[in-house]
Amino acid sequence: MAADGSKHNTEDYLRMYRQMVRIRAFEDNANQLYLSAKMPGLTHMYSGQEAVAVGICEALTDDDRITSTHRGHGHCVAKGADFKAMFCELLGKAEGYCRGKGGSMHIADQSHGNLGANAIVGGSMGIATGAALTAKLQKTGHVAVCFFGDGATAQGLWYEVMNMAALWKLPVIYACENNGYSEYTKTEEIAAGSLTARAEAFGIEAHSVDGQDVLAVNELAQKLVARARKGEGPFFIELKTYRYHGHHVGDINRDYYRSKDEEAAWKTTRDPITNFGKWLEGQGIVTADELVEINNEIKADAEAAVAYAEAAAYPPGEEVDAHVFAGVDHALTYIDGAAK
Amino acid sequence: MTREITLSKAVNEAIAEEMRRDETVFLIGEDVAEAGTPFKVTSGLVEEFGTDRVIDTPISEPGFVGMAVGAAMTGSRPIVDLMFGDFIYLVMDQLCNQAAKTHYMSGGKLKVPMVLRTNLGATRRSAAQHSQSLHALVAHIPGLKVAMPSSAYEAKGLMKTAIRDDNPVVIFEDKLMYNDKAPVPEEEYLIPFGEANVLREGTDITLIGTSSMRQVCEKAAEALAKDGISAEVIDPRTLVPLDEPTLLKSARKTSRVIVVDEGHRNFGVTGEIASRINEKAFYHLDAPVLRLGAMDVPVPFSPALEDLTVPTPDAVAAAARSLVAGEMTHAA
Ligand SMILES: Cc1ncc(C[n+]2csc(CCOP(=O)(O)OP(=O)(O)O)c2C)c(N)n1
Ligand SMILES: [Mg+2]
Repeated sequence: MAADGSKHNTEDYLRMYRQMVRIRAFEDNANQLYLSAKMPGLTHMYSGQEAVAVGICEALTDDDRITSTHRGHGHCVAKGADFKAMFCELLGKAEGYCRGKGGSMHIADQSHGNLGANAIVGGSMGIATGAALTAKLQKTGHVAVCFFGDGATAQGLWYEVMNMAALWKLPVIYACENNGYSEYTKTEEIAAGSLTARAEAFGIEAHSVDGQDVLAVNELAQKLVARARKGEGPFFIELKTYRYHGHHVGDINRDYYRSKDEEAAWKTTRDPITNFGKWLEGQGIVTADELVEINNEIKADAEAAVAYAEAAAYPPGEEVDAHVFAGVDHALTYIDGAAK
Repeated sequence: MTREITLSKAVNEAIAEEMRRDETVFLIGEDVAEAGTPFKVTSGLVEEFGTDRVIDTPISEPGFVGMAVGAAMTGSRPIVDLMFGDFIYLVMDQLCNQAAKTHYMSGGKLKVPMVLRTNLGATRRSAAQHSQSLHALVAHIPGLKVAMPSSAYEAKGLMKTAIRDDNPVVIFEDKLMYNDKAPVPEEEYLIPFGEANVLREGTDITLIGTSSMRQVCEKAAEALAKDGISAEVIDPRTLVPLDEPTLLKSARKTSRVIVVDEGHRNFGVTGEIASRINEKAFYHLDAPVLRLGAMDVPVPFSPALEDLTVPTPDAVAAAARSLVAGEMTHAA
């Protein structure tokens, strides 16, 4: 672990631990919902990458914005979302964050500054940069963080917006979660040269950090967020991490692109939660029993939220053409002038 | 008080007035500041509002449209200048997957109050990649509103409404009309979306014309009047929402309709309007609803060829005569 215990207080550490465990618990339950055929569609698990979302989001306030990805449950939890509204969204229920209209790949939580997951790889890079433009123009002091995968670095949009962010010194942090794969392809097969060098080519300060070490991620994020607030941005961070599950929950037989040994090695030696738990114990911040207690409490919370979501109501059919346009109750009568 | 100003000046006034009224409005695009765009529509704005609110960008259309979406989601009201309508293909993901769907996908929590202003129109001898009229592409996408000003008056009133709208609005100005003058009140006015304008009343046939096809229809109506044919001319002004009640009322009255639009005829705006009239006014019709659109070829460069591709007053009048005469000839 990178940090020395004295810099934070115990509460911060425990919150980071709990947030990582919450993400893991959320994903374990989401996976179970899929395997038991209770969840419509597919979903992408964040398990293994928890230290990235938590390390960064713990450096942000609710007014700071993030944009997220198809693998977005972790960002959503880390930014402060509630289990019940998240599970409701995954099951397409009316009490979901998006009234069941977005689902796993579009989950957004405006109240905590999460501008939403995005099912277009790299699709939110402009949105995050635009949020930073608002922050700069309106002098709000807010920062925007754009989460994206290694695969998204192949999208041209990133280079367009990095260029503008650098020209205009926008308070945006591009956080690339390099989990080694985009779908079923290794990163080295799709990315030439180095990722940090790409940002540096625009004059953007770039960092590479161990994405399994929540303290290292948080320490870097705290510094960069503070500097971005002062107008020293943008920044780029490459976070080296690993996804534990398949590309999506249905990607089960994956030996053809990724070996079981490789997966086992990350899980047993690099797990962000286990390692941080051990460190907390070593520092005398918690006991092993207390960690077990935290884990059990969160597990029970997640299970209760799942039960709640399973019992919750679907949105009524008449909502199907609501929310197409802001200020219009029903789009279908609006677009043909019948509502006039 | 009313004076005559150009369409370009009308758009400029609308933007300036709204920027004065609301600090969160800003303009972003290529060469919008000192240069005032290639069409000089935004000249003078940077002098008044500064480079923070009149923002010149690199040539990165998906980038700055995406940024406008994010800025709109977080409390700004951006106006994006897309230099040519033909470049809309470059920004389709940001416009159609992001801007158009954000409000819906978030269950109504996030809003995207942005305006994308761009242009359409052939016969400027600009060839296939600077002459297209691509409004049908965006009108097809739920979540986008689409406005088609037909004169300086509409350009100003619709732009002001668009800037105040809480949704993404795409405005297509006819690039050949930037220097055309029309009477525009000095006093503030807005034109609500979804209100068609009946420009000329008639009893024998209805000519529905969008954007500059309005003037084409008006000229055709004048020619028809000389032949004793009374044509009603209607400008829908917005495609989304579309003022169907006004169009249907006219169709029921005259029993004959021609829809004229500068987009390609195939799978386009004319077909959409024609089919809505067929569905809802069929038993009032004495003739099939005809469509006149841009010829279904890429826009050619040579004036000798390009002029063949767009609907003209003569073509509209000829089609109208044959409909009124009861000849079921196929126009175009
Ligand atoms: C523009 C686009 N192309 C392709 C896809 C299909 N797709 C979904 S996720 C994905 C891989 C993304 O890899 P990466 O950015 O590394 O994120 P990770 O899945 O590893 O978190 C692909 C190709 C898509 N959703 N959007
Ligand atoms: Mg990846």
